[in-house]
Amino acid sequence: MKHIQSYPAFLRKAVGVSTDGNKYFYAWMVALTALMLVGVNAWAHQVADGMGLTAMNDHVSWGLYIANFAFCVGLAAGAVMMVIPAYLYKNKAMHDVVIVGEILAVAAIVMALCFVMADLGRIDRAWHMIPGLGRFNWPMSMLTWDVVVLSGYLLINLHITGYLLYTRFLGKTPDNRWYLPFVLLSIVWAVSIHAVTAFLFSGLGGRPFWNTALLAPRFIVSAFVSGPAFIILALQLIRRFGKVDIGDAAILTLVKILRVTIFINLFLVVAEVFTEFYTGGAHTASARYLFIGLHGHNALVPWIWTAIVLNVGAAGLLLWRRPGKTLAHIDVACVMTFVAIWIEKGMGLVVPGFVPSTLHEIVEYVPNELEWRVMAGIWALGLMVFTLGIKIAIEVFAGRMRAPGAPPMDAPEAAQIEGEVA
Amino acid sequence: MESSTRRTALKALGATLGAAAFARALAPIASASEDLSMAEVLQRHYKQLSPDEMKAVLQRLEDETWEQYGAVVDIDDTRPLPDTAFGYALNLSVCIGCRKCAEACHVENNHDRPSNQSYIRVLEIDNGTVDLAFSTNDYDHAVPQKQKYYMPVQCHQCDNPPCVDVCPVEATWKESDGIVVIDYNWCIGCRYCEAACPYHARRFNWTKPEIPAEEINPDQSYLSNRIRPQGVMEKCTFCLHRTRKGKMPACLEACPTGSRVFGNMLDPNSEIRWVLENKRVFILKEDLGTQPRFFYFFDE
Repeated sequence: MKHIQSYPAFLRKAVGVSTDGNKYFYAWMVALTALMLVGVNAWAHQVADGMGLTAMNDHVSWGLYIANFAFCVGLAAGAVMMVIPAYLYKNKAMHDVVIVGEILAVAAIVMALCFVMADLGRIDRAWHMIPGLGRFNWPMSMLTWDVVVLSGYLLINLHITGYLLYTRFLGKTPDNRWYLPFVLLSIVWAVSIHAVTAFLFSGLGGRPFWNTALLAPRFIVSAFVSGPAFIILALQLIRRFGKVDIGDAAILTLVKILRVTIFINLFLVVAEVFTEFYTGGAHTASARYLFIGLHGHNALVPWIWTAIVLNVGAAGLLLWRRPGKTLAHIDVACVMTFVAIWIEKGMGLVVPGFVPSTLHEIVEYVPNELEWRVMAGIWALGLMVFTLGIKIAIEVFAGRMRAPGAPPMDAPEAAQIEGEVA
Repeated sequence: MESSTRRTALKALGATLGAAAFARALAPIASASEDLSMAEVLQRHYKQLSPDEMKAVLQRLEDETWEQYGAVVDIDDTRPLPDTAFGYALNLSVCIGCRKCAEACHVENNHDRPSNQSYIRVLEIDNGTVDLAFSTNDYDHAVPQKQKYYMPVQCHQCDNPPCVDVCPVEATWKESDGIVVIDYNWCIGCRYCEAACPYHARRFNWTKPEIPAEEINPDQSYLSNRIRPQGVMEKCTFCLHRTRKGKMPACLEACPTGSRVFGNMLDPNSEIRWVLENKRVFILKEDLGTQPRFFYFFDE
């Protein structure tokens, strides 16, 4: 069959699958749509009446949106922690579910890009950033590097997932030449997206809190905590609600990774805290503001200590060799560390960079309701992209979504997706 | 078969309702974009505009000011003078912290009235330190206070400007006379420059500026004091609409103590040259390597 016929058929079926499901699926999609509507409406008001509707100001000029942007880039990069075991270490169990990581990368990048767009004062001029059409300040501006690496990462992962699902849909075996080079590229690229996002902050000499070489390593390590944590939770949910039989092996591999990364992350926090507090002086004012408060201003103090307690608790749970086969304590640890990294790499990173300001004024920032609404909308969009991607993948891998005339699943193919069908 | 038709119909109904809901949610943008002309949306970068296109742009901006603010203004495109390198020096021994400069800036540059915006912040600092951590700028008492000195801070027009480096769309750049400018019609409002500036010199238009028609300064320039659009950055331009025509910056003219010295540093007979050559001059945050064209000095 020609691709010109079979590809539209693939897309049609994908839309069909995306809009079909049981009552839980419909309830979930309706809830996400409702949240997206709330977010879109809040954003529309912000575009119409100005960013003055947010709690940001000339002192704290980036807030909740850029905090979430940094976190989502990390989530996307963290997905590579499935790709590396699956393709570099030929981990069979991981190979079977690696597409979950790739779909997460797509969803997280979509969210990251939306958060940047939501933060723009002039969305009508976003085209000024398109190379060729606008004026792209590359290579000087780290933001242009970020545009390049983020859109590149999105395209690479769209290609990998799209290609794998489409060939399965046709009943063919994926041709290594068409996706393995991209998989290997995506590993390097994953590191680059988060390094570049860190450089965006660490390159600013006027902001001592960000201007540290430790920032990029911390970004990468925390991504390798939040990414696997999310994927473990996603796999748990998929095998519960998706009627897919995924063994514990992939999850246990991710737990092994988490046990290492969560401690490296904690160590880097300690290294940073030591340097800031032992040295003292004006350059450490932001760190003092974050951890203990500055001249009576302490809006972030409860947040950052919550993050630290959650991360230490999660680290303890991950080390616990619990007798029996249950993984409930791992689920709890994943939720805890996911929330902790969201605080630490979100508001805990962005806001102290601005407090005190470059002229040492202390103006505090607490996101207002409109910003929370926009954020909820973008997260709903990301979760929708992720849910639909997973749903389509399940249908394709189970052989229920298949091209007309495609050969029936043969034994090797069925073996390859070993026991995924309920 | 019947149930699948019903299913399709339900899906179509859901899609229609969803689309309608999204259109409704986006409605605020539609009503707000009435002021936005196609010519404005598609306008090219300052450096790409031909003289004729520039003329049309200036006319459009003047018309828009009339329509939206009810004021007749004259906006021109003031280009840099040849063989000019502007420099600014401020005498900290003389400044009394009266904030007349900040006020003059507010009026001259058509700043938003409700926020009382100005490109100048005056810091009150304890004698015996140059650490800005011991400064305040929200003081509300008679000046000058004993045991204090005053340091006005505005854009330093750096020769190595971090704000220009970080701009993703080249909406801000350094002109041949040393002034760092912004194309307010090209800026996308990402505020990366605001994060990058070590001197808190940049401001964002969080809302559409509000100024009563009778208070609008009609002598305007494209790159300096014309009323800025909502959602873009703005900054001090050494009053280029004045200084490029041989006048002094508004902040200098307003200063009652004569602490401000402005001029062409390439002119060996200028006062600014004399100050730079003969006074104890320092620059703020020299360690950052920004190489400002704004200098501070002490008399004794």
